[in-house]
Amino acid sequence: MTGGGTIERMPTGINGFDHVALGGLPANRSTLVSGTTGSGKTLFAVEFLARGIMRFNEPGVFVTFEETAGHIRRNSASLGFPIERWEDEGKWAFVDASTGIGEEEPTVGSYDLGALVARIQHAVRQTGARRVALDSLGAIFTRFTGVETIRHELVRIASILETLGVTSMLTAERPAEYDGVTRYGVEQFVLDNVIILRNVLRQGRRNRTVEIVKFRGAPHRSGEWLFTIDPQDGIVVVPLAFLASSGRASSDRVSSGNTELDEMCGGGFYRDAVVLMSGPTGTGKTLAGLRFAATAFDAGERSLFCTFDETREQLFRNADGWGLDIRSMQASGLLRVISDYPEVASPEDHFLQLRRAIEEFGPRRLVIDTLSALERVVTPRALLDFVIALGAVLRQNEITTLLTARPTGRIMATGTPTTAEIAGFTDVWVLLQYVERIGEIQRAITVLQTRGSAHDQGIRQVTIDGTGMHIGEPLRGISRILTGDISPATLWTSGSEGTEGPSG
Amino acid sequence: MTTYSFRLYVAGNTERSKAAEVNLRFLCDAHLSGTYEVEVVDAAERPDLAEEGRILATPTVIRLAPPPQRRVIGDLSDHDRAAVALGLPVLEEPSSERPRR
Repeated sequence: MTGGGTIERMPTGINGFDHVALGGLPANRSTLVSGTTGSGKTLFAVEFLARGIMRFNEPGVFVTFEETAGHIRRNSASLGFPIERWEDEGKWAFVDASTGIGEEEPTVGSYDLGALVARIQHAVRQTGARRVALDSLGAIFTRFTGVETIRHELVRIASILETLGVTSMLTAERPAEYDGVTRYGVEQFVLDNVIILRNVLRQGRRNRTVEIVKFRGAPHRSGEWLFTIDPQDGIVVVPLAFLASSGRASSDRVSSGNTELDEMCGGGFYRDAVVLMSGPTGTGKTLAGLRFAATAFDAGERSLFCTFDETREQLFRNADGWGLDIRSMQASGLLRVISDYPEVASPEDHFLQLRRAIEEFGPRRLVIDTLSALERVVTPRALLDFVIALGAVLRQNEITTLLTARPTGRIMATGTPTTAEIAGFTDVWVLLQYVERIGEIQRAITVLQTRGSAHDQGIRQVTIDGTGMHIGEPLRGISRILTGDISPATLWTSGSEGTEGPSG
Repeated sequence: MTTYSFRLYVAGNTERSKAAEVNLRFLCDAHLSGTYEVEVVDAAERPDLAEEGRILATPTVIRLAPPPQRRVIGDLSDHDRAAVALGLPVLEEPSSERPRR
């Protein structure tokens, strides 16, 4: 996949994970997946085999120490994995090593796990398995006496699996988040490849993350990556599940819905552009979003308007005030309005919901008003992931997109570093702001960046009336539009650090 | 008279496998005056039987009869503990009454 090393990879097929792993698990090796109770270890192991069958037609063997085979069959069926059918087809085999009810097995003298080894080998040969999952090792330590013996036997199993030429995933318990790798020091024998799954509360919200701690001499992305467990798609690592290099870039231009703004941007937005419009409350973001959608309607194209700030009714009322008949646009079927409270779901779930709406409805334009509402419920990092993931889906489908953002500091125009970071992943950044001028407050607009084309560098006046938004003459002598006290020069060096900054 | 029946699972023809069988037969000879049956299953040759019996550790001996079934893991090198774990009849006190071979 990516350069460096001779380690062959086996793509897991788990949504997004192979992007974190830069190709997949080290092939013909064992990888330890460690996590606390409820972190999704068993599902990860099940999906490793299920995706192997579904996407690569690679049979697998599931060795279960904890849950019974029947339990796993039932749970997996609800995720759309027909394990029973795969068993009939010889693509999936269980080695059920779970404890029977009330079984007591005293130990007298020395022993090994020879029968387990024989059963695994047998199952691998019978199915021609390429993948083996063992879930989870902790259960075997509590069941047998002699931690040393078990550890030794697990080393033996791992090395036998390697000689069988299969790629295996072993799961193990962690007693607590951020505290060592596993109970019983299991990591000591599969030290080479370690993945940690976490399930933690952050800012009052459950966050599931996956982190590759180490891969034997193989490159991988570092850090924790958010994932969600979706009833339809199973494990989805956001945003990486949706990154695809489309390579092509549209050279078609479409109107923003405002002629003057089109001019400022060098002739409209590119069809595959993601536009960020930031500004405090009342500067005209929602209006611009509605005009943007209405332009699609006028051209007979579909648009999706997603509001996290207002109810549908509030939105309709506002539109009436600006002379936009949103109701009949909606009735025509060309406009779909989604109104949701950010709090009802995690950003990952909002993302999947949005992606599904995009797939079903097939809009040419999308408005999200406002992204800032999501800031209430997510970390800046998660919001950024959301935008990156969304951007990938939108660009692939050439959906022109307007994202609005409200700086958290109310008067601050450039907003939190988050806004600047998000701008780094968008193609156009339009800034709306209040300015104080000759004893009155006026609205001003400026285009801070347009990727791939020149743009008007000026600051221009904006007026809003019953017929919409009007961009007027350049405002001269405004030196502090960006914030109350930061000059543009400061912004370029701090605010948009790490982004491409303004072009032109 | 009760007939004792055992199945011994081993993995390959190893020292441990041999020791387990020797120990099991010694215990049976010592504790059981009547007949007994010992069936040895090599999991390496018959993984399907190991699967069926849900065996993980080897050696494992299962007392099939008389009920209740008992399972003991290990090479049975500690004879006293093994006899208790397998539920073998307690030896009568005088050592002169040692069961014959």
